[in-house]
Amino acid sequence: MKGNTPTPEKIMQALASVCDPEIPVLSIIDLGIVRDVKIKNNIPEISITPTYTGCPAMKVIEDEIREAIRKEGLEDVIVKTVLAPPWTTDWIGTEAKEKLKAYGIAPPEKSSPDKSTLFGSPKAVACPRCASSDTEMISQFGSTACKALYRCRTCREPFDYFKCL
Amino acid sequence: MSSKNKPGNDLFLYLLRLGDTSLVLSHRLAEWCGHGPILEEDIAMTNISLDLIGQARILLGYASRVEGKGRSEDDLAYLREERAFYNVLLAEQPNGDFACTMVRQLFISSYQFFLFEALQKSADETIAAFAAKSLKEVTYHLRHSSEWVLRLGDGTAESREKTVQAVNELWMYTRDLFDMDSVDRNLLTAGIAPDMNLVKEKWEQKITGVLKESTIPVPPSDAWMASGSREGKHTEHLGYLLAEMQILPRTYPGASW
Ligand SMILES: [Zn+2]
Repeated sequence: MKGNTPTPEKIMQALASVCDPEIPVLSIIDLGIVRDVKIKNNIPEISITPTYTGCPAMKVIEDEIREAIRKEGLEDVIVKTVLAPPWTTDWIGTEAKEKLKAYGIAPPEKSSPDKSTLFGSPKAVACPRCASSDTEMISQFGSTACKALYRCRTCREPFDYFKCL
Repeated sequence: MSSKNKPGNDLFLYLLRLGDTSLVLSHRLAEWCGHGPILEEDIAMTNISLDLIGQARILLGYASRVEGKGRSEDDLAYLREERAFYNVLLAEQPNGDFACTMVRQLFISSYQFFLFEALQKSADETIAAFAAKSLKEVTYHLRHSSEWVLRLGDGTAESREKTVQAVNELWMYTRDLFDMDSVDRNLLTAGIAPDMNLVKEKWEQKITGVLKESTIPVPPSDAWMASGSREGKHTEHLGYLLAEMQILPRTYPGASW
């Protein structure tokens, strides 16, 4: 114990160093996974929400949060999982979307799934490499739960698309 | 405290029904892992399987807290016997060929879609939050299976024949999805569960639409229907599935890795 008193600001700073293991360019703050930070009796209480219900990264993220807090000299931390309101890709900030694109993943288009997701044709997604909008969906389900697989018809490269939720 | 008629027991049973359906279907889809007809579909089916295991964890975890007897979500998943499982009969049906798996998925994803849509308004906050969360994922599952049934039904003579056969074989398990007993009725009165007759109407409309577009005949309304999942009565397939799913925790109690 360094004997320091935790504040929500300090905790948020520490959490900004925790990355999503499947998308290492984004922190859990960038992704909007951290919903709330409270301090109760000098113990930080952190609420996180899963991107997908079956997301296998959640356990790793929880462990990494504990590690990041320990590095701040704090022994105890409570990590809670909340489901409401449900996570949406709209919580990924503009800056974070740019990071995704630079990493080679097409960022999610604005708006959540609705009837058009269910019945309409897939959205036009710009290629993160050459910015061409002449792309096609290969599969709605990609390498992780949050991604779909696309192909660019212009540069012929396949790419991941962070699909809307 | 809890006898058969206590509200807590109704909620516990209701959560097992929803959770077991997700768990058993998740296991079936995971059986495709490494056996998908193409890589993309192998990945798609295991992705859907993963979403379903996420649903099962939330529902069985909540069931564990409602029951309050110290049985964890894992105990509920791995240490109950066949007759104590309440998943819908359709979920336990074998994968068969790809057409059969996609027809089963269309029927169940459509059922989950309209059920979860209604459950978003549940008086039980945990169920409402679960439903809002899962509905977003189920939307993708439903789109995936709808597109495949359309492609297979309106595809080659062989793909059409297999899809027609799958619809005819699985149809008899579709009424079981909407059966209501005292548990459902009590929770309907409490504003926790929806009227399954209303869910059924929407389901029929959706399924009829997809089948017609796929040029697949809709089975007659007087077709024979199986039932029993509400009482834990299953087809012969569930026991084998559970044997495989449960063997590790039963052989090595408390194993972790
Ligand atoms: Zn390109």
